[in-house]
Amino acid sequence: MRIRSAALIMLMSGLTIAACGKKAPPVSRPAPPPLANASTAPPTRPPAPPEPVAEPTIVPPEPVPNDSISSASLDDLNRNSPLKPAFFEYDSAELAAPAQAALTENAAVLKRYPSWTITIEGHCDERGTAEYNLALGERRAVAARTYLVSLGIPADRLRTVSYGKEFPFDSGHDDPAYAKNRRAHFVITAK
Amino acid sequence: MMPDTARSTPRVIRLLPAVVVAAFVTLGARAQQPAPAATPAPQQPDEIRTVITSEGGSAPRLAVPEFIALTKDAETQAIARTITQTLFDDLTFEREFALVPRDIYATIPAATSFADVPFDRWRELNADGLVIGTVQKLPTGIKIEVRLFDVRSRQPVPPSAFAKEYSGSAANPRLYAHTMSDEIHQTQRGLRGVARTKLVFDSDRDAERMTGTIESRSVKEIYMADYDGESQRRLTVQKSLNITPTWSPDARSIAYSSYRRGQPNIFISNIYQGTLEELTKIAGNNFTPSWSPDGTRLCFASTRDGNTELYVVNRDGSNLRRLTNHPASDITPTWSPSGTQIAFTSDRTGTPQIYIVGADGLGLQKLTSEPYADRATWSPAPLNEIAYAARTGPGMDIKVMSLATREVRQLTFGEGTNESPSWAPNGRHLAFTSTRSGKTQIFTIARDGKNLKQITKTGNNYQPDWSR
Repeated sequence: MRIRSAALIMLMSGLTIAACGKKAPPVSRPAPPPLANASTAPPTRPPAPPEPVAEPTIVPPEPVPNDSISSASLDDLNRNSPLKPAFFEYDSAELAAPAQAALTENAAVLKRYPSWTITIEGHCDERGTAEYNLALGERRAVAARTYLVSLGIPADRLRTVSYGKEFPFDSGHDDPAYAKNRRAHFVITAK
Repeated sequence: MMPDTARSTPRVIRLLPAVVVAAFVTLGARAQQPAPAATPAPQQPDEIRTVITSEGGSAPRLAVPEFIALTKDAETQAIARTITQTLFDDLTFEREFALVPRDIYATIPAATSFADVPFDRWRELNADGLVIGTVQKLPTGIKIEVRLFDVRSRQPVPPSAFAKEYSGSAANPRLYAHTMSDEIHQTQRGLRGVARTKLVFDSDRDAERMTGTIESRSVKEIYMADYDGESQRRLTVQKSLNITPTWSPDARSIAYSSYRRGQPNIFISNIYQGTLEELTKIAGNNFTPSWSPDGTRLCFASTRDGNTELYVVNRDGSNLRRLTNHPASDITPTWSPSGTQIAFTSDRTGTPQIYIVGADGLGLQKLTSEPYADRATWSPAPLNEIAYAARTGPGMDIKVMSLATREVRQLTFGEGTNESPSWAPNGRHLAFTSTRSGKTQIFTIARDGKNLKQITKTGNNYQPDWSR
């Protein structure tokens, strides 16, 4: 406050002087008495340095892990998906140990990337009927979803869709092909 | 179909033949301008009810010589040939008539009108009946006349057991033959023919790819064909997976599951209006729609409440009601002809089996004890049979169960895998899919397992449904 008023006074006096100088006629005339304040005030002391304002230090956010996964596009992500398929036995939606292990790994990935939403696709091999396989594929997808939820993944990030036997991953007609096609397949739909 | 009423009232036909004929062809041939009945209908004999029989009680022998082109241009002659061949095939299909083979017709001089048919010569071929027709080009389209003569009557001009005149567009000559065949079957054999019915199915034949997926996935769209596999046409452009199509009872709409929104929902395509309705819009997977016999409701499977259960809903999406309530999966419903019961697949005993439940959700009973059974289809009255696909080995075969006796008979025997049966509306035939020729194709077969006929040949074709 003190600093500001001193500066104001100096500014005003300067303006006055300039105005007088500009408007002063060239004839001799007694100069008006100087402004009392300007002439009598003692010279102000230099302003004190600004007081530091105490503000909390902004801590930069923890950087998004700078790995290939977080920088990849959705398509690239799904092409080399960090989420592993869970495989099933014939005509079964039970999660055997290998499937549980795959889902546990997937849960860890999903916890690391909490913004991802996932569609779990249920697939079947071609030996069942097209219609009933829609129900079986749904059960497989739901089994995988339930397991992920039990591992702490919020259910609203996990959508299920059954494709029955419509989209085999291996078009072969033998047991190795069938084994590949009985699966819960994970698709990242948003990141 | 509408023409049923016209056909079952011969008195009306006799009183107003031209009107009925014109209306009839208009109804059958969609999008064709009704040709004005310019000429008065010919005088018809009163004895329209004459029925051709055979001498020994076996199927009457019919001959279908080439229809006579009254106008001699190439188009009319081509139409005459198409109608003759199609009518011959239609009359063969129901096996109510024994058709005199076409290759010996050439020995008999061709008639130029109804007046100079060499009936003596046809008698020599031991024909009981003779179907003779004429095709005439008109400024507005074509006019077709057909007579069925009783060749065994030993009269110079035998009485005609059936006489009809049709006119309309020349765009689809096959429809005239189908109409004649249905009317000949109706009047001569009291049989509701299926020559004008259609098949709907889904197919990957156009090899279009799904967008937005990493794996190369082929779309499936909905297609239709005449009952004999002719006139195949694509009906949907959803660019997605579209499966389990099913006809509305009036054969003007198709309900099916489409994945166009990601999860499968049930859509209704009104194919003669070009409009699309969404029956199910909420999340969850919605599968296997099935129309009630009166067309007012649909039964379908949905996962909206957690697992796959059956629901019944009005055609406009109102009044949704849950039909089944079991932790196992319930899917693939089919209505009884009266609309009071629904047969479906459930795996509540561990394997998929066919069950029946009342349309009110009461009276559940287990029907099959197969290793695996799915896709029941309920035959029309009065046959009271349910056909389904059952595991018989590495693949599936089509079986039929009589609901009266619970006896099961098998129609296919391990040639490829055989799935997705669907009854013809007269209960005498089934459409189904088979891999016996390599890819998955649609076939029809008679209810006794005879007369196997391949309907589709391009791409893979699935889940046929036969129009009412």
